[in-house]
Amino acid sequence: MNFWKALLAIDRRWIFLFVFLALAVPMFLNVDFELSISREVQGLYDALDKLQPNSKVLMSFDYDPPSAPELQPMADAIMKYCLKKRLRIIIMGLWPQGPIQANMALARAFADKNIDQSEYVYGIHYVNLGYQAGNEFVIQRMGSSFYDMFKNDYAGNRYEELPLMRGIKNFNDIDFSINFSAGYPGTVEWVQIAVDRFHVRLGAGNTAVQAPQVYPYYNSGQVVGLAGGMRGAAELEGIFAYNAETDVVYKDRGTKYMLSQTIAHAVVMFFIVVGNIAYFVIGRKDKLKTSK
Amino acid sequence: MDSNIVGVWIAAFLTLGIMSFLYKDNPWYKFSEAIFVGLSAGYWFASLFWQSLHAKFWTNWSPAVQSLFQGQFDYNLLYTGAGILGLMMLLRLVPPIGWISRWPLSVVVGGTAGLYLINYLVSNAIRQIGSTIQPAVTFPESIGWVQSGGVIIGNVLVFAVLLVSLGFILFGRSSTIDLPTPTKLFFFLIALVACGLGTFYSLSMPLNLTGLIIFMGVFCGLIYFFFSKEHTGFFGGAATVGTWFLMVTFGASFGYTVMSRMSLLIGRIDFLLVEWLKVVK
Repeated sequence: MNFWKALLAIDRRWIFLFVFLALAVPMFLNVDFELSISREVQGLYDALDKLQPNSKVLMSFDYDPPSAPELQPMADAIMKYCLKKRLRIIIMGLWPQGPIQANMALARAFADKNIDQSEYVYGIHYVNLGYQAGNEFVIQRMGSSFYDMFKNDYAGNRYEELPLMRGIKNFNDIDFSINFSAGYPGTVEWVQIAVDRFHVRLGAGNTAVQAPQVYPYYNSGQVVGLAGGMRGAAELEGIFAYNAETDVVYKDRGTKYMLSQTIAHAVVMFFIVVGNIAYFVIGRKDKLKTSK
Repeated sequence: MDSNIVGVWIAAFLTLGIMSFLYKDNPWYKFSEAIFVGLSAGYWFASLFWQSLHAKFWTNWSPAVQSLFQGQFDYNLLYTGAGILGLMMLLRLVPPIGWISRWPLSVVVGGTAGLYLINYLVSNAIRQIGSTIQPAVTFPESIGWVQSGGVIIGNVLVFAVLLVSLGFILFGRSSTIDLPTPTKLFFFLIALVACGLGTFYSLSMPLNLTGLIIFMGVFCGLIYFFFSKEHTGFFGGAATVGTWFLMVTFGASFGYTVMSRMSLLIGRIDFLLVEWLKVVK
């Protein structure tokens, strides 16, 4: 068996091992690298940056732990930024585990030494309304009344007892909305109902699988900004880090994971190229043999 | 022992069990898979029971029934209809009258179709058509008349080269103009260079080449899916261009999917190295 045939016959478990090493080894490295910022992520940053302190931001956490490696770094970075900028945060989820992921983002933000948790009061500066079943119909009902969908928050407090929620009837009272989405229900439903029917200004953080489906919404102006996949998370951490005003370290897991992602992609591309070369070389030899 | 440590060890054991399938199918994998499926089913059953059946139906319907017994009418009694439809859905489990479950199913399908018709028509059709057909040239506000003239001439030239090159690609396939293969290849390369230069040019000039390319992609993509006319000549060429655009779209989508799957694996490796083994901070 010649070299090229041996290459094509290589046990796929070797490739698995190489990909595993490509992902695991960079986690031991402490490499700081800058990423170029895409206009979609820039749009998301600009929209948040323009908000005045005390603006009300609705965050919908529509994902669960399997999508956390991509979406949690985005949520962490945006949560930190919103708290530091003194925006009022309203959390909800169309996925059952979403509000738990939101609490994790809050905990990570408050763990930052530059964010003093004692300055933020639950119910006044931020609130977690919890999960609500009903998919896009929840968004539809929120267009007329938040209260109809969230009579209690995640901790069981009544809606009217939360000072932050007293002045909020529907989407008209929200200044900006962010959706972290891993599928259905998610950004597509938020665009279709909240944006196109109730004219909400929406930014989105999506898993890489969903991002190609959402990009057209950015070009048509239906979402003002978009972060897609691990790359989007790393860009968000990068762009927030450039903001000297906030004085918070944003570069975190998104940037660290991106190094693993980059090297793993290089390994995959290497195998694709080598595999194709081997395929064509062997194909040509086989043709030559047939013609003889 | 800290309960969290036990949880981390169990999670690590199951994670490695699932990953062991990459080596080959084995009992450890089967065990981990069965636990995952069982836990998921149990979790979703409890979640749907408490969040949908109890929170949405029972908490609204039961007070309404109590009010009725006290002689008062509550509009939440309308939930009775939803409850009956739900029960009818369960009749699928009784084969002789299983056909009744088609009725609530038809309500679901009809309601969903009605809702989605409007949502998708507005958001995914009309708004997207609007963003597909854009002005070909956009001028900055500060530009003067002389500069505008120069820009227009430049844009027309680039666009003409692009059109002519594409024409060669399309008509090169035509049976009416039978060009020799090297000539086709030559014009194809020229077209590729023109497209590349045009794209580069559009980055600095107000010609909305991106918009034109997107429009052309949509137009040719639609032609590809038009099967009432044979794909030959100009029509066939346009359909081929449509195929290229579709392939690029599928490729981008596939690339993103690979990226996402890598991210999932990164999440598990991070768990193993950071939370379980604690060898990485």
